Amino acid sequence: MTSLTLVRRIKARPSIVFDAITTAEGIAQWWGPDAGPVLIAEADPRKGGRYRVRFRMLDGTEHECSGEYLDVVRPERVVMSWRWQGGQEDPNESRVEIALKAVPEGTEITFTHSHLDEETRRSHEEGWTGALDKLEARFAGGEAA
Amino acid sequence: MSSDELFRNTVPKPNLTRLTTRREAPILSDMVNYQQRLDRTFAALVDPTRRAILAQLERKSSASVGELAQPFAIKLPAVLKHLSVLADAGLITRTKSGRTVTVRLRPQPMREAMAWLSRYERFWAGSLDRLAAYAERKEAEPRGKEK
Repeated sequence: MTSLTLVRRIKARPSIVFDAITTAEGIAQWWGPDAGPVLIAEADPRKGGRYRVRFRMLDGTEHECSGEYLDVVRPERVVMSWRWQGGQEDPNESRVEIALKAVPEGTEITFTHSHLDEETRRSHEEGWTGALDKLEARFAGGEAA
Repeated sequence: MSSDELFRNTVPKPNLTRLTTRREAPILSDMVNYQQRLDRTFAALVDPTRRAILAQLERKSSASVGELAQPFAIKLPAVLKHLSVLADAGLITRTKSGRTVTVRLRPQPMREAMAWLSRYERFWAGSLDRLAAYAERKEAEPRGKEK
């Protein structure tokens, strides 16, 4: 199945990283691909709770995503469903899983956005594992920074 | 202003164009087409035989159907069927000259699929940079409330 994985090391304790990811206060500080502001950040980080984030990019466009927390284990794991509001950019629901591991310099974060091809996957129940080896290999090249 | 006008005035969303990478024209139908194309591309790529065919075509500039069928332990009609799926998804072109059908790779749909995936990559790579900067700032703050 199509997924995107990013691994990164952060010089901060897992509990600090975890709170940055799961609290509205934290989310407001970093969510979004460029220096544009977060306009709305809501988070109820417990299983079944929801989050909603709206951000503006430097080009002036606004985007909103929201979903449900599927699993929350402080400070090591968060799983949440993901959907762009209005389904404009991508109408399908996908899944975001963030795993935090304590390492000597702080935290190793493994970030996986999966089920990116949910619709297609449904019609091809089993075929997906390793289906896009080539595409994934491209990403593997640019992974950890 | 009628509600119809109001609706029309609020509905167009210029932000669509960036993430869809499509022309602005009729955005919605364009989006649907785009999603359908992506679905077709991914569906075509699901099958290992079809991926192997694409890999072969990537190595050579073109190949005949016979050449493409050679490495596989399946019958020619099955290979032809796979080629049809790939052609429908726009991943290959077939040109007939006499009795020979020449198959070539058509990279556009693959590029589109890549672009679609790299949107997410850009989104998260940028966000994680900011997350790291923020968490490291927090870590550097005077301790107290954290264990």
